[in-house]
Amino acid sequence: MATTPKKPVARLEVKKTYKLYINGAFPRSESGRVYEVLTSKGASVANPSLASRKDLRDAVVAARTAQSGWAKATAYNRGQILYRIAEMLEGRTDQLVTEISLATGVTSKKAHDEVLTAIDRWVWYAGWSDKLSAAFGSTNPVSGPYYNFTIPEPQGVIAVAPAESFLAFIDAIAPAIVSGNTVVALVPGSAAIAAMTFAEVLATSDLPAGVINILTGSHDELAPWAASHMDIDGFDISGISKKKRADLKVAGAENLKRIHNFEGALSPTRIYAFMEAKTVWHPIGV
Amino acid sequence: MTFEYAPAPESRSIVDIKAKYGHFIDGKFVTGKNHFATINPATEEVLSQIALGSVSDVDKAVAAAQKAYTKTWSKLSGKERGKYLYRIARILQERAREFAVLETLDNGKPIRETRDIDIPLVAAHFFYHAGWADKLDYAGLSKSPQPHGVAGQIIPWNFPLLMLAWKVAPALATGNTVVLKPSETTSLTALLFAQVCQEAELPDGVVNIVTGDGTTGSAIVNHPGIHKIAFTGSTEVGKKIARAIAGTEKKATLELGGKGANVVFDDAPIDEAVEGIVNGIFFNQGHVCCAGSRLILQEGIADEFIERLKVRMAKIRVGDPLDKNTDLGAINSREQLLKIQELAGVGDSEGAERWSPACNLSDKGFWFAPTIFTGVTQAHRIAREEIFGPVLSILTFRTPQEAIEKANNTPFGLSAGVWSEKGSRILWATQQLRAGVVWANTFNKFDPASPFGGYKESGWGREGGKHGLSAYLKEGK
Repeated sequence: MATTPKKPVARLEVKKTYKLYINGAFPRSESGRVYEVLTSKGASVANPSLASRKDLRDAVVAARTAQSGWAKATAYNRGQILYRIAEMLEGRTDQLVTEISLATGVTSKKAHDEVLTAIDRWVWYAGWSDKLSAAFGSTNPVSGPYYNFTIPEPQGVIAVAPAESFLAFIDAIAPAIVSGNTVVALVPGSAAIAAMTFAEVLATSDLPAGVINILTGSHDELAPWAASHMDIDGFDISGISKKKRADLKVAGAENLKRIHNFEGALSPTRIYAFMEAKTVWHPIGV
Repeated sequence: MTFEYAPAPESRSIVDIKAKYGHFIDGKFVTGKNHFATINPATEEVLSQIALGSVSDVDKAVAAAQKAYTKTWSKLSGKERGKYLYRIARILQERAREFAVLETLDNGKPIRETRDIDIPLVAAHFFYHAGWADKLDYAGLSKSPQPHGVAGQIIPWNFPLLMLAWKVAPALATGNTVVLKPSETTSLTALLFAQVCQEAELPDGVVNIVTGDGTTGSAIVNHPGIHKIAFTGSTEVGKKIARAIAGTEKKATLELGGKGANVVFDDAPIDEAVEGIVNGIFFNQGHVCCAGSRLILQEGIADEFIERLKVRMAKIRVGDPLDKNTDLGAINSREQLLKIQELAGVGDSEGAERWSPACNLSDKGFWFAPTIFTGVTQAHRIAREEIFGPVLSILTFRTPQEAIEKANNTPFGLSAGVWSEKGSRILWATQQLRAGVVWANTFNKFDPASPFGGYKESGWGREGGKHGLSAYLKEGK
């Protein structure tokens, strides 16, 4: 940073400290580390927290603790909370547009499109909460006097490693939580700025603490720990480059983690990828 | 007064076992290089010599499957594919007794089960999937879903032909071609199935069967010409497969181990529950990945329940698998018997109490009496590890919440059972249990229309129903 002496201004801007979002609170990284996000011209935007393996473990504990309660919430309730996230996000549009264009160098127009798309994604996913059983469940005509049905259930705790953009981050977390999973998001590089503002949206959206936990920093550092963590059930590695995926899948095999990457059109298969089909039999008789 | 059963052996004259078998590649039986013996586990009689598939055998089978995929099978309409499957289903029904006897000879399971369960389900699987072949657009997946190409399928010895049907029927219905490897101890019904493919005039190379051991299986898993792996077997091997394909585009479904909990509440219909527990763990000698191998009993009824269970177990008939009165047949192999004996020994040494009814076990062959362990805690290895034999570990609980916690306290998640007369309690428990299949007031029921597969370390994906179809299809463009 340039150290040219500056004159005092009439009112000094109050800058935000970017921390992590774990269990509904905003702690700093236990490691005390930060990294610098710069504008395209090299000016400092902020110093987000550089999350550590220990932060990841804390986030997984929070996510595991929150999971059964979130899954138990009615689908209607989960849908309303996702819709509430869209409502809260709408009010933050201008702030996010400024932050995204500052941190990533895209034009305000592009940033604006990205935020509006993200808001609409929450609305789209909100509507899915009470349609998953219709789309992915079945009643099965077995040969015998049994009532037999299959319903999709959430897998549990899902880690997501989205690409370095606000929309990629939203596209990873929304489909993971709508079914009742909880999430630990590993947000890389400059995407941390918008993600941590989004955490403030979550904190005011009636979303229970621990359902979405956000760690900022480096995929190279955190993704291998997430892949080998025995209390993570699934891992969305869409933001990890192709050549680095194999090692994560090898590590994830230890607890047969469901590891997926997604590309292309918006599809409910992204929701179902982190669900399990449960089939129940019961005899029919008088 | 006791009425003794007279022996009622099923005749084995219906089967014709060759002295030696090769592989089935490109519609023809081809000779193998090296062979190993397959035996009748009830008598240790050598039944035949089975070819040990090499890397080059697998190469040839994959090449045949690729050729069949591009030249014939993928060009055929769904309607015609379906008709081949219907034909196969009908031939299987016609030759059902032959398959049942052969399966019992090679596997050791009772003829009552192969005749009434395994083989009828095999035919049902082909019949069910035949109907899907021209209706895939209606399976609720994507528009015009597409097959992957060549499926590599590796199946276990506990339900040899049934596992073949679970793999081959959906693969063919969805337009894939197949390279399948049966387990080295139970290859005979797969080789008889190859004859059925010929009899049905299935185009050459659509189904290829390479026999062999783990090295043959690994050659299939690692073959670059395979697009999809379907495996049923141990969690240990499942994890190896997951690692082996990590750097590839191969898709996989894995049906792995389990440590199923059978939860009995104090308001359960006791006689039905006893019957269900017996079926849950002693069906197929307990060689069932979804076996109810942990009985979790509500404390107030535990003593009475265990007494009634012992009375029922004393009536289990252990012996000649070909005898139509036999309930519990032979353990499939010496290796598996040693594993069961070892884990049961650990149960003793860790302080659980073992009980078995008096049984006259033959000196020849591999046998293990139906066994229960009481006084088992969650830390005991017999409460955590899959024994894959006729051994039941019994734990108790006081509150419904405790029952669920104990039932779910396992890295597996394949099956669970719940017994109660109270509807709301049944539905609550089925919701809480973390398992892919939950049997309520019943156990070990299977159907081609019913998806099967596990949570957590019990595997990836489902087999059966529309959920099973999706594993063999990718989204259409």
